[in-house]
Amino acid sequence: MPITPEIFSIVQSTCKHGDPLVDESSSPTALKIPVEDLHNVCQELLQDSATYFDMLSCITAIDNGVAASTIEVVYNLYSIPYNLHLMLKVALPREKPEVETVSNIWKTANWHEREAFEMFGVYFKNHPDLRHLLLPADWEGYPLRKDYQQQEYYRNIKVSY
Amino acid sequence: MIITKMDDLLNWARLSSMFPMTFGIACCAIEFMSTAATPYDLERFGMAPRSSPRQADVMIVSGTVTFKMADRIRRLYEQMAEPRYVISMGSCSNCGGPYWQHGYHVVKGVDRIVPVDVYVPGCPPRPEALIGGILKLQEKIRGESMMAPHALEKLMKKENTYADNA
Repeated sequence: MPITPEIFSIVQSTCKHGDPLVDESSSPTALKIPVEDLHNVCQELLQDSATYFDMLSCITAIDNGVAASTIEVVYNLYSIPYNLHLMLKVALPREKPEVETVSNIWKTANWHEREAFEMFGVYFKNHPDLRHLLLPADWEGYPLRKDYQQQEYYRNIKVSY
Repeated sequence: MIITKMDDLLNWARLSSMFPMTFGIACCAIEFMSTAATPYDLERFGMAPRSSPRQADVMIVSGTVTFKMADRIRRLYEQMAEPRYVISMGSCSNCGGPYWQHGYHVVKGVDRIVPVDVYVPGCPPRPEALIGGILKLQEKIRGESMMAPHALEKLMKKENTYADNA
């Protein structure tokens, strides 16, 4: 689904740290926005009477690998009253991936962000409860990163085959 | 002579009423359930699933053992009263199954946590295969003797190796 000019202009006017870029290579077409503006853009997209994105379908992360040295966090929004979809992307440095939480905008973000945190090590600032969601609390490493090395022993149980 | 007869009686009693623990971790548990249901009917072997490890004799590890689950399985096993037996059901609990290479979260064989008596291959094993494993375990129990508690010896040896690893 292409991004309507209306949505684009709302996002553009909210972004203070640079212009949003349309990512044609992703499916559905995504909007790449500056990390600093993410929270404001999400807040605006929820409250604007022309969009009213009242549902956060998914938050996920993509590790672009050591060479590219970025981790992308992807937000899939849906507007129930207008039947609109929107995919937002922010790119973070791989060494210190930090992004503002949106769990105070959509409650469902809480667990999505916890999963992205444990799997990719993305740190969500101001998250109320950033613990591991699926992995045990004492797990070391971020399993879905491209350069993940599994532990030799986990609680005295050998990990490799 | 008396002990031999006593052995026979005890073994007969044990193998005729092996109560498995109601406990399933993955798709193998579906086959385990259908083994217990009417068409295959575990009750004809005197097996009635018990919902508490304290009342169970056999633990059928039916499914993928993750590291998060490993502690729980070990604890459930320790809560069972002696004599206790473990059937490892399916490839996942035998050796990690399809997760053997990239499954960072999967224990590559439940025998790394608890001693296993019978391995049932398959992914998942059909109910017939599980019944085959149960009959195998019955054969094993039939050969036990109070004078030579092989199961206990094996367990002690296993415990030691676990202690060495720790």
